[in-house]
Amino acid sequence: MTPIDAEPRPGKKGLTRRQKRRLSRGAQYAVFVAAVIAFAASADWGRLHNQFAQVDIARQMFPDIITLALRNTVLYTLSGFVFGLVLGMVVALMRLSSVGPYRWLAGVYIEIFRGLPALLIFIFVGVAVPLAFPGTEIIGGTYGKVALALGLVSAAYMAETIRAGIQAVPKGQMEAARSLGFSPARAMVSIIVPQAFRVILPPLTNELVLLFKDSSLVLFLGVTLEERELSKFGRDLASTTANSTPILVAGLCYLLITIPLGLVVRRMEARAQEAVK
Amino acid sequence: MTTPEISIRDLHKSFGDTEVLRGIDLDIGQGEVVCVIGPSGSGKSTLLRCVNLLEEPTRGRVAVGGTELTDPDVDIDAARRRIGMVFQQFNLFPHLSVTENLTLPQRRVLKRDKATAERIAAENLRRVGLSEKADAYPSSLSGGQQQRVAIARALAMGPEVMLFDEPTSALDPELVGDVLAVMRMLAHEGMTMMVVTHEMTFAREVADRVVFMDGGVIVEQGAPEQVIGDPGHERTRHFLSRLLDPATAEVEEGAPDRVGQGER
Repeated sequence: MTPIDAEPRPGKKGLTRRQKRRLSRGAQYAVFVAAVIAFAASADWGRLHNQFAQVDIARQMFPDIITLALRNTVLYTLSGFVFGLVLGMVVALMRLSSVGPYRWLAGVYIEIFRGLPALLIFIFVGVAVPLAFPGTEIIGGTYGKVALALGLVSAAYMAETIRAGIQAVPKGQMEAARSLGFSPARAMVSIIVPQAFRVILPPLTNELVLLFKDSSLVLFLGVTLEERELSKFGRDLASTTANSTPILVAGLCYLLITIPLGLVVRRMEARAQEAVK
Repeated sequence: MTTPEISIRDLHKSFGDTEVLRGIDLDIGQGEVVCVIGPSGSGKSTLLRCVNLLEEPTRGRVAVGGTELTDPDVDIDAARRRIGMVFQQFNLFPHLSVTENLTLPQRRVLKRDKATAERIAAENLRRVGLSEKADAYPSSLSGGQQQRVAIARALAMGPEVMLFDEPTSALDPELVGDVLAVMRMLAHEGMTMMVVTHEMTFAREVADRVVFMDGGVIVEQGAPEQVIGDPGHERTRHFLSRLLDPATAEVEEGAPDRVGQGER
């Protein structure tokens, strides 16, 4: 409505737009620099260095931290992911089922396992399951327990992701498959699910990153020396050496896995974005 | 007419409270090409989708090739194998190459071996003139090419009947001709075809019979020169005049703004 002329013209008192922008950006940089200086000045770098950056201690962690701890972390995570993916697929299909009790059961499962902290699930698997089913041994010992606990947690999230992916496939795909004589189940497996997975690959990979971190909860199951993963390994060493360097090194090992995975996700998302166009 | 290939008796279909089909009786003989025309919302697409039971009729009977599809004990997947369907939106499988679009259904549904499926796929791609696109993906094809692949995919299953649901409505005008040419070829080869379309030239040239639908019933049917050239009903005349020369149409008082099933 207002004609452009009616806008207040940059007079001698007011700042022009360019001046305002410069001022605003300058202020933001100033705050940033001040914060960094304040942080650097107040931290005790010497003690920090002693506590977290002892090269000798770091050196004595190798090669076990890679061959044992990182290997176990990867094993725990992947087994949990695979189990969670299979279970999540089943729960997603139940959620989309035409049978009421299946839908209901899947809904309850998702709500419960999304709502509980992963820590409680680990304790539940470690304590409650052996109590409830005495004499039964979870296959694979600690590895089986971790796969079960991580799988139970991640299945709830992945089920929702997979369901959304399946529903994102246009209705015409199912109709085309049915008109060619596919049964509903075969159409789902051959036509719908493969398309759904292209959409949900990035969120599933994100879930894998989350699982890497959650695998540290295995220490609540009680593990043998051979079964230690990164967090437990780092913490044990930190207490024997009375130094926190192992924690830092263990942390870096996580990033070794999670940062490349994050990059992969971003690339997949970018490619998916392009495919849509 | 001997035993009809498609036999529809007293077909009713409702979506909730909306009655889309209100008692359709229609027989289509072997090798006959029937074009179904009518305004959007007249129920013509729903009728077509009832023929292979993509929509379940509320009441009535549909039989194709002597098998009653509306019988709850019939193996609907087996019955559908004999009925090819072509959609307005093509519905090719985007994650598969053109050849795989044709071979996967053959292998999974008909259990043909890889070599046979590939041979039949190549044959049918040649029929629709797209042999050179065998390894392409659907997204790299034009709409007209995608629709011809969709026709080839249906043909590769060896159907006795082909259903076409507005096959050219989603195409740019200059691409319509290629698809119609393939359909004309099929008609000349003696395929039984039921075509929902707005292409009056095609209907006039190729159809053995034209069926005009409005308001969920068949208003009139007969030879194309009769129904399109000299319609007996006012509603048919009105529809045709609007279709053939939309610019002369006038704003109608109280005309119901119907939502067409075919335009979903």
